[in-house]
Amino acid sequence: MEYKLTFKRYDEALRQNKLLGLKCRDCGAVTIPPKMVCRQCASSEIEVVELGGRGKIQTFTVVNVPPEGRESEVPYIIAMVELDEGPWTMGNLDNVDPATATMALIGKRVTMKHKVFPGDKYSAGDSARPLFSLEA
Amino acid sequence: MRKVAVVGVGETKFSGRQEKTAVELFSEAAMDAITESKLKPRDIQSLFVGNVLGDFSEGQGMVQAFAAESIGAFNVPANKYEGACASASMAVRDAFMWVASGFYDIVLAGGVERAATMGTALATRTFAMFSDARYEYPCGITFPSVFALLAHLYSARYGIPLEKLKTQMATTSVQGYKYGQLNEKAHLRKQVTIDDVLNSFMVCTPLQLHDCCPFSDGAAAVVLASEEVARRLTGKPVYITGIGQASSGPLANQSRYLPRITAREISVKQAYDMAGIKPKDVDIAEIHDCFSIANLIAAESLGFFEFGKAGEAWMKGEADIGGKVAINLSGGLKSKGHPIGATGAGQVYEIVKQMRGEVEPGRQAPEPKIGLTDTLGGDGGTLCNLILQRGW
Repeated sequence: MEYKLTFKRYDEALRQNKLLGLKCRDCGAVTIPPKMVCRQCASSEIEVVELGGRGKIQTFTVVNVPPEGRESEVPYIIAMVELDEGPWTMGNLDNVDPATATMALIGKRVTMKHKVFPGDKYSAGDSARPLFSLEA
Repeated sequence: MRKVAVVGVGETKFSGRQEKTAVELFSEAAMDAITESKLKPRDIQSLFVGNVLGDFSEGQGMVQAFAAESIGAFNVPANKYEGACASASMAVRDAFMWVASGFYDIVLAGGVERAATMGTALATRTFAMFSDARYEYPCGITFPSVFALLAHLYSARYGIPLEKLKTQMATTSVQGYKYGQLNEKAHLRKQVTIDDVLNSFMVCTPLQLHDCCPFSDGAAAVVLASEEVARRLTGKPVYITGIGQASSGPLANQSRYLPRITAREISVKQAYDMAGIKPKDVDIAEIHDCFSIANLIAAESLGFFEFGKAGEAWMKGEADIGGKVAINLSGGLKSKGHPIGATGAGQVYEIVKQMRGEVEPGRQAPEPKIGLTDTLGGDGGTLCNLILQRGW
């Protein structure tokens, strides 16, 4: 059985600021990050859909200690966002100064663009990730 | 299914960067376990070894085969287990199942890691390989940042102001150091106060240095035997009476349960049901306190305290000797250390030593009869629990 939404296709769309996920024809749940089957009912009757890329911050952290090769990026904010379609996804937060990031961020609404991680010697190439901004 | 006992245990000191190879470290722990069991290496029928990052830390893969030969268990089958920080618990669990099934009578299980040898930058990079490489790592996720996300989420979910939660978290670190400083095998042996924790370097908000376990080098090993063999070898067998293991996908996919870890609740239920016990029956527990917040999250899902209440329980001494359950009398990952491929076997080592009454004064629980281990790999991707009971 073929993987319906591969990372390659997800990544190419994200670079156009389009967030792709999978919608289950059996139970209606939306799955993202993509998987072989529906995250809720394990049905393989799933279809690729474009999500709105909007949601609200559920949690966040400011990273000060970087992994090897990402020293120039700190400090940066990672956020877990509950998308309007239901599932959560991980991204970075753009228009907030890490020095001012507090619990007040939780619940704030965000919109999405993207940023490319150029990859390192361990990763199989580069990849985009969601870059969220607080809704104006 | 046959009863299976731990008949001997061995452990190196957990430490910072040191010069012994993984094969050397594992061999030392293994020989101690075999010697304590009154066995010879030729009696070992199979090896089950946790090792996660040997390729990165010293360019060594397949450490289990070299370790088998090194200790004189010539040509026995040797398997490696990789479930990030839960690897050695997986190894012990599988070893248990092979002996319980009757296929083997005497096996060696354990693990080894040289996490400290890698240094912070490479260790941080490689530990992040146990998050999703495509959907999470591009965001710059690191092991502490996973639990930092969970700490903020915990504060929001249970309505505990962050400042109050941080004091509760710090209390768990202080308790870890309190016992770890008495443990001759521990990596970080020092006294640390709540203020020390709250004034330490900020790693990933809200986690500070003393909220985080160290990267450690070390090894631990245990000999498992069938009940019949165990009775011949020792008057103090410690039986493994319950096992559990479960898996999960990337952190974002666990959203329905977070900050609870689904896989832990599934795993520990298997273990409790198999042993026929309840959380209240557990006297001592070695739980996966890779970060201070991880203590609270673990203790609640293991059924020791109500959800959102574990921090208060720690502050009241309920997680200490004399409380509901004595947690991490070894010092835990926080102070004893976290050589990831060995950690779960180190937890079993501690429970067995506690039951035999062989730990240093000041951290000995009064005659514990039932112990539980809890080991978490990645961001909840692998969970493993073992229940051990005194057999005399």
